[in-house]
Amino acid sequence: MKGTRARGLTLHISLIAGVLVSLFPFYWTVVMSTHSSTEIFQYPPKLLPGSHFDENVHHLFQKIDFFGSMFNTLIVAVSVTFLVLFFDSLAAFVFAKFHFPGRRALFVIMMGIFMVPAQLQAIPQFVIMAKLGWIGSLTSLVVPAAANAFGIFWMRQYMKGSIHDELMDSSRLDGCGFLRQYWHVALPVVRPGLAFLGIFTFMAQWNDYAWPLIALINPDHVTLQVALSQLNSVNGTTDYGMVMAGALLALIPLLVVFFIGARQIMADLAKGAIR
Amino acid sequence: MTGVGAAPTLGAPADDGVRSVPARAKPRSVLGHWRLYLAISPFYLLFLCFGLIPVGFSLYLSFHRWDGLGSMEYAGLSQYRYLLSDGQFWNSLTNTLIIWAIATLPMLFIALVTAVMLNSAVRFKNFYRFAYFLPNVTSVVAVAIIFTSIFSTNFGLANAVLQGLGLDQVAWLNTDWGIKISIAVLMTWQWTGYNALIFLTGLQTIPSELYEAARVDGAGPVQTFFRITVPMMRPIILFTLVVSTVTGLQSFTEPQVLLANTNNTSTFAGGPGNSGQTMVLYFFQQSFDNNDFGYGAAIAWGIFLVVAIFSIVNWRLVQRGEK
Repeated sequence: MKGTRARGLTLHISLIAGVLVSLFPFYWTVVMSTHSSTEIFQYPPKLLPGSHFDENVHHLFQKIDFFGSMFNTLIVAVSVTFLVLFFDSLAAFVFAKFHFPGRRALFVIMMGIFMVPAQLQAIPQFVIMAKLGWIGSLTSLVVPAAANAFGIFWMRQYMKGSIHDELMDSSRLDGCGFLRQYWHVALPVVRPGLAFLGIFTFMAQWNDYAWPLIALINPDHVTLQVALSQLNSVNGTTDYGMVMAGALLALIPLLVVFFIGARQIMADLAKGAIR
Repeated sequence: MTGVGAAPTLGAPADDGVRSVPARAKPRSVLGHWRLYLAISPFYLLFLCFGLIPVGFSLYLSFHRWDGLGSMEYAGLSQYRYLLSDGQFWNSLTNTLIIWAIATLPMLFIALVTAVMLNSAVRFKNFYRFAYFLPNVTSVVAVAIIFTSIFSTNFGLANAVLQGLGLDQVAWLNTDWGIKISIAVLMTWQWTGYNALIFLTGLQTIPSELYEAARVDGAGPVQTFFRITVPMMRPIILFTLVVSTVTGLQSFTEPQVLLANTNNTSTFAGGPGNSGQTMVLYFFQQSFDNNDFGYGAAIAWGIFLVVAIFSIVNWRLVQRGEK
């Protein structure tokens, strides 16, 4: 028995070492964002938080329109999340529970879209956006992301398993039309699946970088990630305390959403849902 | 761009059974189903405008010279011919493959070991899962900024540790290998936990009798790991290999943000000597720095070809593993 206990201890020590590596950069962000530039450049490096957080945040707000860009990101992330939840679940409901000509072909086409690499579409999308006059506006971020194959596939699998045909039949006998079946029968049943999709969509939008970098050439409308990266590219004399304060503040809304949804994400991960 | 799509789905579309639809669905005309078509139309309309037309257009574009403003000029295959002899493209391909190799292989190994440990841990399981998943939730931009500071030459933490050990400083973000290693470390940090959790779901399907039998035969943990866990997990290991190959060969944000302030000619250069310039970075540089949209499109198709070849090779491996 002594052997197994020692093994258990080794196990937990290794796992905790992994957790420390995993969490260290977050701690390091806190440390650097609370020190002044002169303190940061000293050797040996400071390992404990300092007292210059206010000052760094002050510089940050002078340098970029932090709340403006956060607000832009929030508008994009929230509207995309709601649009994706609505369009994807509606399409998924159709694919999961109805039979119509061309269903198979349409589904296969949708799955095939996964395989097309995003950069193949980047230039033409930019051209199309320019023709539509959307370059520089948040519309160019929201509209192309408003529905996606991943979400439809995910919701379809979820609905196939959880909305029973009996439920569909009885609701039809009660006189429910298509929309009422979707809204009053399907949606309440798949709420956990929607929560998972919603959290993941929100996080992906919050963190998206490559497309906003191209599409938002008007500096009035940058998103948070683009604004942050601009801070980092000030040549040579980066004020790391300020940049790290920005990185830290940008993390907070995301962490809030993640904490709220963590239980759902972990449950779905455990089922092997993300694949 | 479509966000969530970042996690590619390779699992077979499960029972797409037509028979599961009850017989009551009477054969009706296409028009009779207009509600259904209307309900799925948003995705297909968006796909048409921002997916299919762009892909077709980029094919057309790759045969033309265009700066985005003036008129297009037919160029035939010349841009593809140039691509084959373009040293910078080959450099970016080599960089991408090296970074992929030094990031992905150690990452998958560490993730598998972590998953095995997680699987045998009884307590704090949820806490561990949560902590290991957190890096994957964080934005690559924030992460890259954090790692820029860690790998900074004069005051970075990595060099402080080296100095503390009495070793020489390394100009991480200024040397060929330093740049590649920094990018690989960043990717490893961000994706290990994600893959560990994927592995964990696979581990839970291995019957415990196998492990008991191994223990009875006197196998130690290392032997059990290589003789039972790794062979049993082969399909899922290859699955994660495929996924990380597709994403790894298209890496962009990590090198872009990490190296943006180390080269003042272009933010897509990938640092001094283009040592960290991946294929997608090169694509961005040609397209949006040089406004050479035609050649950019040709590069994009080149990347597509490379990714497709690697995916097919990987897919073959998966097939063989499942026999």
